[in-house]
Amino acid sequence: MIQFENIYKKYPNGIVALNGVNIEIKQGEFVYVVGPSGAGKSTFIKMIYREEQPTDGKITVNGLSLGKLKRKRVPYLRRQIGVVFQDFKLLPRLTVYENIAFALEVIEESPAAIRQRVMDVLDLVGLRHKAKMLPAELSGGEQQRVAIARSIVNVPKVVIADEPTGNLDPETSWDIMNLFEQINARGTTIIMATHNKEVVNTIRHRVIAIEDGLIVRDAAGGDYGYEA
Amino acid sequence: MKPRTTARHFRESFKSLGRNAWMTFASVSAVTVTLLLVGVFVLIMMNLNKVADDLERDVEIKVFVSLTADEAATESLETAINGMPGVLSVDFSTKEEELQDLITDYGDELSLYKQSNPLYDVFYVKAENPQQTASVAKGIAALEGIEDVKYGEGKIEKLFSFLNLSRNVGLVLILALLFTAMFLISNTIRITIVARRHEIEIMKLVGATNWFVRIPFILEGMWLGVLGAIIPIALVTMLYYNVTEYAQPRLNDELIQLLDFTPFIYQVNGLILLMGVFIGVWGSFMSIRKFLKV
Ligand SMILES: Nc1ncnc2c1ncn2[C@@H]1O[C@H](COP(=O)(O)OP(=O)(O)OP(=O)(O)O)[C@@H](O)[C@H]1O
Ligand SMILES: [Mg+2]
Repeated sequence: MIQFENIYKKYPNGIVALNGVNIEIKQGEFVYVVGPSGAGKSTFIKMIYREEQPTDGKITVNGLSLGKLKRKRVPYLRRQIGVVFQDFKLLPRLTVYENIAFALEVIEESPAAIRQRVMDVLDLVGLRHKAKMLPAELSGGEQQRVAIARSIVNVPKVVIADEPTGNLDPETSWDIMNLFEQINARGTTIIMATHNKEVVNTIRHRVIAIEDGLIVRDAAGGDYGYEA
Repeated sequence: MKPRTTARHFRESFKSLGRNAWMTFASVSAVTVTLLLVGVFVLIMMNLNKVADDLERDVEIKVFVSLTADEAATESLETAINGMPGVLSVDFSTKEEELQDLITDYGDELSLYKQSNPLYDVFYVKAENPQQTASVAKGIAALEGIEDVKYGEGKIEKLFSFLNLSRNVGLVLILALLFTAMFLISNTIRITIVARRHEIEIMKLVGATNWFVRIPFILEGMWLGVLGAIIPIALVTMLYYNVTEYAQPRLNDELIQLLDFTPFIYQVNGLILLMGVFIGVWGSFMSIRKFLKV
């Protein structure tokens, strides 16, 4: 469902973040993206929902060729993709409930459907009792779960997470991973950039390793492969 | 767009006005000052125009027929003048009629002149376009059988060029004011947008269309314009009401008249409101543009 063909990305400052990436990810897969800091993982991920565009090469997502995608159609691409940002990107003035509902308001869902769906995902991430709180009143792990709830609330075909266990204690990390396992079990593709060696080596999935803008390893059920 | 989305956009735009109260106040003040100036300017310009029209309409050429011209010669003169290019109308007035007018205006003492009338027969000629008066007058003066031709030479021309100049200056000033206001508005709105850049980015990343993001800001700009129009409309209305109340009795029977309070004041107020809305909407439209490129 996601296909990168000879993707090359040079940022305006001259840095080459990706240097000829070829990859195919199928519907329902769970993929870890690993590699040293600055290797190009975030760049790789941002291209899927077109936050960044390649300098050269062809990306296909869900049958859409992103290079040919008109600017006006980008919102419709993004509605098929749930993104969990490393810095959460929650709106500070909105409650937990409103933050999640936001993703549905944008696509003009009916209020009844919004209520139903938001309550469902709040149950899934175990935060129903904190629906009326503001992000600032939550712990880091709880905020992370709100971000995940928002990314899945409109039932996207694929969820992309950039270091979703980045700043969390081990226990919370496992909770979060459990969540992703559940989401994946429902048939949703998961792509996760991570530096968490324990997680990658314990919950085995396909591992794509990026170094200096190149894919150096791609193994089903592979291990993290770097010293933590 | 669904009705509930429209309702949401309206709610959002009101919330934002309240949340950025100081910015709202600053923008509204800027718009208020601009629209007040523009409003007063429009009052003055439109009335100047009216005065110009009044005067223009009254410009006529007085053609004195030579005493030697007999009835047939006078008649052929009339046809000749009528046939000249640029002539709108020709009215003939005998010297007896001229004297009668003088008597009506200045009193019966003049009646003694009825014995030997010192006046001339006269044609009153109007040009199709008042600004052509001078050239038409010159053409008539060249005809055979004309004693003299008079019109407000020099004075009239000066008045026209003054009016034309002030119209143009007024237009330029109004445009300059409008641009200043738009600049101020778009800057203030830009500040509220910068504060919410994060929010816009998130909206875009979860799949909001540009219009979905833009409409609340544009509505906000519109409210700023509408709020900024309130005080100017009130002041301009009061001002013009008092001016007309004061001036109209004094200008009774005069050639020059001010524009009537209604419907003129509705037109001016409509214009002020429209301009407020326009600068508000355009200002926010311009300042949000670059934040949508996520
Ligand atoms: N917006 C940008 N403009 C210019 N250069 C950038 C930009 N984003 C990333 N880069 C550069 O591209 C390279 C790859 O960055 P990227 O963020 O993809 O790395 P990463 O693998 O996600 O690293 P980390 O593990 O630290 O998150 C880096 O050298 C970085 O400096
Ligand atoms: Mg990164």
